[in-house]
Order: sequence, then structure tokens, then C-alpha cells
Amino acid sequence: MSRPAEEIKPLAKKKKKAPFNYSPYVRGGKLPHIWCPGCGHGIVLKCLLRAIHTTGLLRDDIAMVSGIGCSSRTPGYVDFNTLHTLHGRALAYATGLKLAKPRLNVIVTTGDGDALAIGGNHFIHACRRNMDMTILVYNNAVYGMTSGQASPTTPPGKISTTSRNGSIEPPFDTCSLARAAGATFVARGTAYHFQELEKVIYEAIMHKGTSVVDIIDACPTYYGRFNKYKSPTEMMEKIEKEGTVSVKQVDKLSPEELEGKLLRGILHKSDRPEYCAEYQKLMTKVQAK
Amino acid sequence: MAVAEKRIFRIEIDERLCKGCSLCVDFCPTNVLTMDGNMVAVKELDACNGCQLCDNRCPDFAIQVFEE
Repeated sequence: MSRPAEEIKPLAKKKKKAPFNYSPYVRGGKLPHIWCPGCGHGIVLKCLLRAIHTTGLLRDDIAMVSGIGCSSRTPGYVDFNTLHTLHGRALAYATGLKLAKPRLNVIVTTGDGDALAIGGNHFIHACRRNMDMTILVYNNAVYGMTSGQASPTTPPGKISTTSRNGSIEPPFDTCSLARAAGATFVARGTAYHFQELEKVIYEAIMHKGTSVVDIIDACPTYYGRFNKYKSPTEMMEKIEKEGTVSVKQVDKLSPEELEGKLLRGILHKSDRPEYCAEYQKLMTKVQAK
Repeated sequence: MAVAEKRIFRIEIDERLCKGCSLCVDFCPTNVLTMDGNMVAVKELDACNGCQLCDNRCPDFAIQVFEE
């Protein structure tokens, strides 16, 4: 016997897919941005905006600070409190800003050269202090803005404007450096794995203390052209997809398979007194005297 | 038997923002997009399954997929 008609429920209508609306976060008149075709920085910026949307923070509660370089153009395109500063000194400005206005959520966007070479000292001391800020290192292994010189993260053997026969310097591992210097949240993401990157940035923003995210992306114009990558797609697949392994898969892989690969995901998380909180405690103690 | 309703998508390309890097064309799993000179163009809209990969991997805020 067939069921009476009223018992048959109509199929629940699926919620229609809608793309993320970036317009509240972007200074519309500033687009198109200056980044070259195929540059990963745009993908990272979109992940950052989606992560900020998930945190539910108001636009006025966020301060974005940057130094000089391709990556440091990011604050120019976003509608938060923004500060574009001297080369390598973004973290020094960010430290002062956070001390003056501790309620602000400070996000520093910096490049591999800006953070690790010119601002190397500021970087390690920012990690050491454990001040509540998020440091996003856009790591494309090259100085893109000044025509492709070798940076502290250029892998050995790779060609750049200042290493025409292949770099012989061992590179920095941003995550190991940050962890050794005392950062309490260290993670790595890539522009290829945009969902993972979005989650990692969200976690980094929510973490209380210095968070460092090393973001591997591609510079097709210089790094790609010098090192014979045919297209931005090939760069993303070779460097970001095949060159990294998720921390969740590490146990399943042999040491040979892991050789030469970077780990992505949350690599270190710990709890240590935060600088602004400690400073406030000290002020209360001194003023009570 | 209930047949799943055919989902229709609309792809919006902002020609002012597209730089023609071809990332969306290469990553599209159903080959919906194609390069038209130095600009991306929609070749076969019927094949689109709304995965949004083109939007997420577009560095230039140039392409978005809406469900009708």
C-alpha cells in the first residue's frame, strides 16, 4: 500500500551557494592591485579577509601594519586601521602601536626579506617579548619589488638576480627561527591550500601572544622566470603542493619522502605571559607604591 | 523518484580586475573556463558545479560564482 500523499515531504531546498562578499573589507577604488599576474599575495589577502570575517572582529578593532615590499602593499587595499612604515621596521611600529592602544588587534603583513633580513632583529625580539600580535610572513623566496634578488629564504641552488649560478647560502626556516626566538604560536600555510591557510590565520589572530604564520607563495615574475617554471599554476603545484606536507600526515611518511619538504599546519603552540598584560601588572604595582 | 534539481550557476568576471594569469582556467575541475586573449572567458557554463575553486584561487578579486 502506498503512503498517503501528505506524508511525503518535499525535498528540502538546498541553501544556494553564494561567494564571499569582500567589498566591506576592501577599499574598492584601490583595485586592481599592483601585484603581478599569478602572484600568490592576492590569494593570501583573500584568505586573510575571510579569516577576519570569521573572527567577527569589527573593522575598527583591527590595525594592519606593514613595512616595504610587495607583501607590504596589503594594508593599502584593506579598509581597517592601516600603517605603511619603513623597510623592516613594521614590527617596531606595531610594538609601539600595541603598547599605546592594547585594545587593537594588530596584524603585521611582511615579506621574507622585510621580516628576516632587514627586520631580522625586530622579528626575533618581537617573538621574544610575546606581545599579542599576528605576524604574517609572505614567503616567496625572493625580493620581488626590487627585481628578484636572493632573500634569506631562497632555497640552495635556486637562481635569482644576485645568485646567477644558484644560491649557495643555506636558507632560514622561518618557523624554526620564530619558535627558537620564543613565539607562542607558529604555523605555516601556502596559497595553494587556501582552506588550511584561512583556518591557520584565524587561529593565529585568536591566539593570545605573538603568532607567526609563514605563508609560502609564488613570485612568477622573478623567481618563476629565473628558475624555469612555465606558469603560475606550475609554480603553485611544484612549490606549494608538492613541496609541503601537512603535519597530520608526517607520521605516515618515511624519512625519504619527507626530505626537502616543508611542514604546513600549526607547528607550535604554547602559553607564556603576554607582554601588554605583564606591563599593565607592573604599572599597577609601581603606581600603588 | 525524486530527481535532484539541476543547479544553475552564473559566473561573473570583472574585466577591469582580471590580469589573465590563467590560474582559474588551470584549476577548474570541469573545464568551464578558457582564455580569450589576455582575459578569462566562460566556455561551457553547463559544466559548472559551483565548487568556487576559481574564486578562491583568483589573486585579483576578478571572478565569482553565484547560484541562481
